[in-house]
Amino acid sequence: MTTPELDLVRRRRQLLMDRSVSGRVATTLPPLDVPVQRLPSEELLRRDLQLPEVTEGELVRYFAHLSQLNFSVDTNFYPLGSCTMKYNPKLHDEVASLPGLSQIHPRQPDSTLQGALKLMYQLQSYLAEITGMAGVSLAPLAGAHGELAGMLMARAYHLERGDTRRSTVLVPDSAHGTNPASAAMAGFEVVTVPSDRRGNMDLEALKSMISDRLAAIMITMPNTLGLFEPDIAKICQMVYEVGGIVYGDGANMNALLGRAKLGELGFDVVHTNLHKTFSTPHGGGGPGAGPVCVSSRLVPYLPAPVVERGNGGEGEEYHLVAPEKTIGKIAAFHGAFGVLVRAYTYIRLLGESGLRQASEDAVINANYILSQLKGDYHLPYDRPCMHEVVFSANKQKANGVRALDIAKRLIDYGIHPPTMYFPLIVEEALMIEPTETESKETLDYFIHAMKTIAQEAEGSPQLLKSAPHNTPNTRLDEARAARQPDLRWKQS
Amino acid sequence: MSTHPFAVPYLPNTDSDRQEMLKAIGVDSAGDLFRDIPPKYRNPSLNLPAPLSEMELLGEVGSMAQQNLIPGEYACFLGGGAYRHYIPSVVRQIVSRGEFMTSYTPYQPEVSQGTLQATYEFQSLICQLTGMEVANAGMYDGASSFAEAALMACRLTKRDRIAVLDTVSPSYREVLVTYALPQGLQVDTVTPGTAYLEEGTACLLVQSPNFLGYLEELEHLSRRTHDQGALLVVATDPIYLGMFRTPGDYDADIVTAEGQPLGVPLSFGGPYVGIFACKEKYLRQMPGRIVGRTLDSRGREGYVLTLQTREQHIRRERATSNICTSEALVALAATVYLSALGKRGLRQVAELCYHKAHYASSLISQIPGYSLPVQGTFFKEFVIRCPLPPHEINTRLLEHGIIGGLDISAHISDGMLLCFTEMNTREEIESLVGVLAEVGKRA
Repeated sequence: MTTPELDLVRRRRQLLMDRSVSGRVATTLPPLDVPVQRLPSEELLRRDLQLPEVTEGELVRYFAHLSQLNFSVDTNFYPLGSCTMKYNPKLHDEVASLPGLSQIHPRQPDSTLQGALKLMYQLQSYLAEITGMAGVSLAPLAGAHGELAGMLMARAYHLERGDTRRSTVLVPDSAHGTNPASAAMAGFEVVTVPSDRRGNMDLEALKSMISDRLAAIMITMPNTLGLFEPDIAKICQMVYEVGGIVYGDGANMNALLGRAKLGELGFDVVHTNLHKTFSTPHGGGGPGAGPVCVSSRLVPYLPAPVVERGNGGEGEEYHLVAPEKTIGKIAAFHGAFGVLVRAYTYIRLLGESGLRQASEDAVINANYILSQLKGDYHLPYDRPCMHEVVFSANKQKANGVRALDIAKRLIDYGIHPPTMYFPLIVEEALMIEPTETESKETLDYFIHAMKTIAQEAEGSPQLLKSAPHNTPNTRLDEARAARQPDLRWKQS
Repeated sequence: MSTHPFAVPYLPNTDSDRQEMLKAIGVDSAGDLFRDIPPKYRNPSLNLPAPLSEMELLGEVGSMAQQNLIPGEYACFLGGGAYRHYIPSVVRQIVSRGEFMTSYTPYQPEVSQGTLQATYEFQSLICQLTGMEVANAGMYDGASSFAEAALMACRLTKRDRIAVLDTVSPSYREVLVTYALPQGLQVDTVTPGTAYLEEGTACLLVQSPNFLGYLEELEHLSRRTHDQGALLVVATDPIYLGMFRTPGDYDADIVTAEGQPLGVPLSFGGPYVGIFACKEKYLRQMPGRIVGRTLDSRGREGYVLTLQTREQHIRRERATSNICTSEALVALAATVYLSALGKRGLRQVAELCYHKAHYASSLISQIPGYSLPVQGTFFKEFVIRCPLPPHEINTRLLEHGIIGGLDISAHISDGMLLCFTEMNTREEIESLVGVLAEVGKRA
């Protein structure tokens, strides 16, 4: 038996193909203004194309409703650790939409694109300055794409020198999964470095792993526990001395703007996540951008293209070029330009003082949460953190409550869950990254919610285990999804 | 000149907020929180230009934008992997919604049903468009999608040679080499006529329409590839599929495409989205995100990221790929575009491209000095041989307000690749032909 309410829910989420009605259209096209040409033979042409037939109004209502089923930075506090869900300024979208930037073709001659190339050139120099590096390629289309580029550069660098024995890449056990996956894609064997009791790399273990077979080490700084490695310069030196490359995963660079330059610390490559540190929107899982910044010894290997400035007859001229010993192209064109424009805009608006303040506020906000919640949740590494703090739900586990349940209960309070069960070295991990764009009032509300949840875990754990309660779907059966894959619409 | 201290509009905390929080933390100053950074490296200066206000910034970037020639203001006949098509305004409106634009990868399905359901729609429409059984949520772009297809074919067949036709876009082939060589795979470039596959070849990689705009003989290539136990990977153009038979009709194993033509602005080459679809039996070797439909604890339908044991955050160095992103917002644009155009609209766009391109080719082939050096059926792009080096012709075209075709003289002597879409009016086409004729006369 259906009620109007149930009918509404069903109708609102009905798939496009199921709401398709023959004859409806959502857009119009101009008539053919040239003489009709002879079509190719019938056997080359398709007979049927199943696409929805809907009106524009219906399309808008459907997608507007779908959008409302999301939590987002625009609508909710989103303290998802390691993802840097900071506010995405609206101006940047407007700038990226200027016709002179959004409508230009990637194969136009350089001479017709001097403004775009100048913007890219300047962004390269800003990122080099911020990271303390000698050269930058904006080509990588995401963080993991930048990691792959970095690993390919390490490989090319060693091979160029006839150094063919370097087959291993060291990755700390706290690293993002992309690090080992990227090293493997570049043809390396991955060896895991354990962490010590303070959350740093285990230096003794590290020493025993360093040899002339080492191609590179991949280090996230601050690491995924939100901790800065005090011995980092020493570690870089150790790797440098055996001829290895030090790769920096810039996922957590939001803590370091104007606070430390990875190039000065001894890193050879770092990728920057423009969608994290430089405020470009995450888009529900892309687009991002992962420019790679390198020390002078890797500049010739940068992925193509990079923008160079020369002097032509009429002053400065910008060109896309392939570096001398480039690892090659990693994508069809020159980078996620629309994302690059937004990051450029962000850096120009904040400048040195604004960027440094942003990092300071990100770190203050995370430490404020740490200080207010450490009585309620287990803090595995009790020391000041950088831009994010990792708690464990071990205390709550006694009542049968897991990190997952705490995360889901936060949804009832209108807050997006923190990152859960990561890093892997912390049991029942809850990784919280507030970012600098959240006010003290928001943090206080979050702290209040977390304290309430800690009490609920003791008094009424069932409330957590059945959370969330007010979302369009309750907990979803992921095992069923994997066992009986239903991945596309089919005619019923 | 600014006379008061600079304030950042995106930082809500005031000095008194900061003091209060530092007190609660139990430190004297913010500097104490950075003491793990060795003093020598702490607080370096950043040599960056002074910050600008919003108004100043719009002025500065606006003037840089004005230095670029804009297709549309200039007639433009460039293609070669990125295409200028009309984008209905509904596409822009929907992808601009903050709920879509400012959310993360949908790891928490209860608060991400919007992104998840939209992605399921994307996968569905891509399957229908390509004639394939399953599709993922999206890859970086057409070129990397193509390279990942080759890697997947090698995993599936446990073979380590990749054959690629020499008619595939040079940039796609370059990306393929970047991805394949470090894994110890060998890339053989072969011609369509003599597509003989070496022993141990995992796949044949084909682009149709190819880089030059012409259709490959997929039926023949498919049979030969499958006869040798290899997989057929086809890169295609999604607009072309509005009119022509699908790679699925030719039994392709993996289909990739650049998704940009589907409602995504040219934006100087990105961000775009790579389309990736394959036969269902290969699902578990597919790279990238996949969304599936399931039930919630109350038995209602909902969507989740699924088959994640293929992925890097679970499988680490043994993952099918290191990719994290699915270019979700760009995929959303493609989804809205395909829905807005619908079955008839997409066919209409494809036919407009086809007729305009063929009209142009019939005119150009009659101009003395110009010829069509490639035989075969083309869709919206084709090659002309020019009486002068193409770059010289392009310089002359630019003087007449026309951004000419792509200079491909490195591949075909005096060759220029011209592209025509629904955006090119008859007037533009005829003025292109007029200038070509005039330039040709003086050759």
